Amino acid sequence: MPFYRSHILVCVDPECLEKGAHDVVDALQDELVAQGLINEIQVLETSRIGSCSSGPEMMVYPDGVHYVGMTADDVPFLVEEHFLKGRIVEKFREIHKAVVDEELGPLRPKEVRVVLRNCGEIDPMNIEDYLAVDGYQALGKVIGEMTPEKVIDEVTRSGLRGRGGAGFPAGRKWALTRQVQDSPKYMVCNADEGDPGAFMNRRVLEGDPHSVIEGMIIGAYAIGASYGYIYCRAEYPLAVETLNLAITQAREFGFLGKNILGTDFDFDLEVRMGAGAFVCGEETALMASIMGQRGEPRPRPPFPSVKGVWGKPSNNNNVETYANIPQIILKGADWYASMGTERSKGTKTFAVGGNVAKPGLIEVPMGITLREIIFDVAGGIKDGKQYKAVQTGGPMGGCLTAEHLDLPLDYEALAEAGSMMGSGGLVVMDESSCMVDIARFFMEFTQAESCGKCTPCRIGTRRILELLEKICNGKGKAGDIEKLEDLCNEVAKNSLCGLGQGAPNPVLSTLKHFREEYEAHVLEQRCPAKVCRKLIRFEIQTPTCTGCTVCARNCPVEAIGGERRHPHHIDVNKCVRCGICVQVCNFHAILVES
Amino acid sequence: MHAPPVVSEIKEIVRQAIEKHGKTLDALIPILSEINHVLGYVPAEAMREMQQQIHDPAKQNYLAEGQLFSLASFYDMLSTKPRGKHVIKFCENAPCHVVGGKAIWDTLRKHLNLENGGTTPDNQWTLVTTSCIGLCSVGPVLLVDDDMYGNVTVEQIPDILARYE
Repeated sequence: MPFYRSHILVCVDPECLEKGAHDVVDALQDELVAQGLINEIQVLETSRIGSCSSGPEMMVYPDGVHYVGMTADDVPFLVEEHFLKGRIVEKFREIHKAVVDEELGPLRPKEVRVVLRNCGEIDPMNIEDYLAVDGYQALGKVIGEMTPEKVIDEVTRSGLRGRGGAGFPAGRKWALTRQVQDSPKYMVCNADEGDPGAFMNRRVLEGDPHSVIEGMIIGAYAIGASYGYIYCRAEYPLAVETLNLAITQAREFGFLGKNILGTDFDFDLEVRMGAGAFVCGEETALMASIMGQRGEPRPRPPFPSVKGVWGKPSNNNNVETYANIPQIILKGADWYASMGTERSKGTKTFAVGGNVAKPGLIEVPMGITLREIIFDVAGGIKDGKQYKAVQTGGPMGGCLTAEHLDLPLDYEALAEAGSMMGSGGLVVMDESSCMVDIARFFMEFTQAESCGKCTPCRIGTRRILELLEKICNGKGKAGDIEKLEDLCNEVAKNSLCGLGQGAPNPVLSTLKHFREEYEAHVLEQRCPAKVCRKLIRFEIQTPTCTGCTVCARNCPVEAIGGERRHPHHIDVNKCVRCGICVQVCNFHAILVES
Repeated sequence: MHAPPVVSEIKEIVRQAIEKHGKTLDALIPILSEINHVLGYVPAEAMREMQQQIHDPAKQNYLAEGQLFSLASFYDMLSTKPRGKHVIKFCENAPCHVVGGKAIWDTLRKHLNLENGGTTPDNQWTLVTTSCIGLCSVGPVLLVDDDMYGNVTVEQIPDILARYE
């Protein structure tokens, strides 16, 4: 048997075939013969690699390189580069796939996985995989052995609180909805995970959809609901697809529909897709959107547990809350309550992003400190830089500093520090982030996402943003900081829903902890972190510059001049301070000054 | 590029979307999304046709054309203006911002000579920013149509775009 140093697996599923996979196989064979490599490299056909929409695709082993979008004409170049010269051809690579696996790797130090336990371990497209890891056993236990009251009691005793961010006790919400004398009742799952930097729910929906569905069925049994909606944002097409398949399979197995598990309990469920509106994560806006209206919040009370979808009692919980339920039923309230702090029990998933060495998804017990999360679980700050701040709770949360690193994370501790748990996004920032710029950035977001219904939020967020822009542009005047503070307090106090009430948080928290940065912008027209474009300038260091011309070629406004192999220079009048030159320079020859 | 859709085509697309999602008021967003997906945007003619088909006082389905425009303009993923053959959605949110998103955005604008929301004269490209698509651990992130690209660098932009030309 010949020994091959490399194997090329070409995907020949129908979609790739239609796009010419066989031509690619033939071209590979021909080219390998022509180059005299046919005894070293083997070409094989395989049924599916997984990115057929960008096919024809192939995997090269042992390198593990995934190439997509190949044509027969590309083959000679690929063979020469990869197999003769040993260079990976970046332009044919599947860019996304190669890196997304980093999202949820093996268990990290200090991690405890309850909600994420099955993600990456089972095939989410196959209900039997879920059944093999005790899936739907909690439902069996609930229907066979427990009264609805007993279920609610168990969830209450577990101490599980709403994982969407507000932290309302889940058991109490269920009890409230159960008490209301009206029918039908609805179960709603908030899968409109819109906080920038938060993608925990996406991973659960894509990796373990049945845990959410099982949690909803158990909740429906407990409160007496007959129908449910999972409201999933349209930015998550794969999650929607996975959920729809999971619902179909759950119906086939008798976990959804009429007479669930042979009893007289009926419950069914459908997925409703959003269409891109952040405010739909607010529960009354979400329900309006389910009913086909603009996603605008309304004042509460009445709360959804009294009047929700179609004016009927509706129980709304987040994806992560539901995904905890089956484990709580199976392992007991005491087990769940043994994790976490006095006030916040269990585990919490976080999406750690920004300037950390190992970004990604983690699940840790409540009560862990920010220091442990950032330095032990997420590998510390990237590129040996200094930790500066962390934004918790998304765009309505706050920035916390080094003094908060040893804060044990729970709902109250974060609120007391001027931030919030939120859904669990953590954006870690190093010394190179400007806090005024970050505040402006979040304000830009909330201002754009304000639905416009109430005045404090619609106009207030706009005015706050304008002030911040003025300050970032070096046009700030004495008194602006105080004006900003006043405005923030008014908007927080008077807005209708959580969006407006929370929108000023990033500004207020950065004002509290980084006031000197605001003062530097306003009083000295200086950006200490060298980020705000109007307050910085770029300079090429003459001795370091090799004259490679890379900066000049990438400059979007042709502000860089100079002869090849001679030091270049930047025309400050043309320069728009985009920073592309700094990013592309291989010699660290470009300095930023403020 | 697509030729501009003719009214009979639009009516047929609306008919199919209504058949799929049902003639009820809670199906309005799914129907609009479906039309948007097929045509790249929701033309005024489509909203007119939807109103005519769904408004039915006998069934308590009251619907005005303005209501549909109000919906289509509220939700970011629905467009009331035609878009290019390929739509680039760039994630401009904080996690991507702090890992170098701004330089990617500037490169995209330079490469295509477009501002946010613009379409190239040949109708090949539309450039927009998007809400967070939840791929933050591989930021900066952009989408070309439905294809996702993570850990994007300035140098990769021409290669990525060339795949669609």
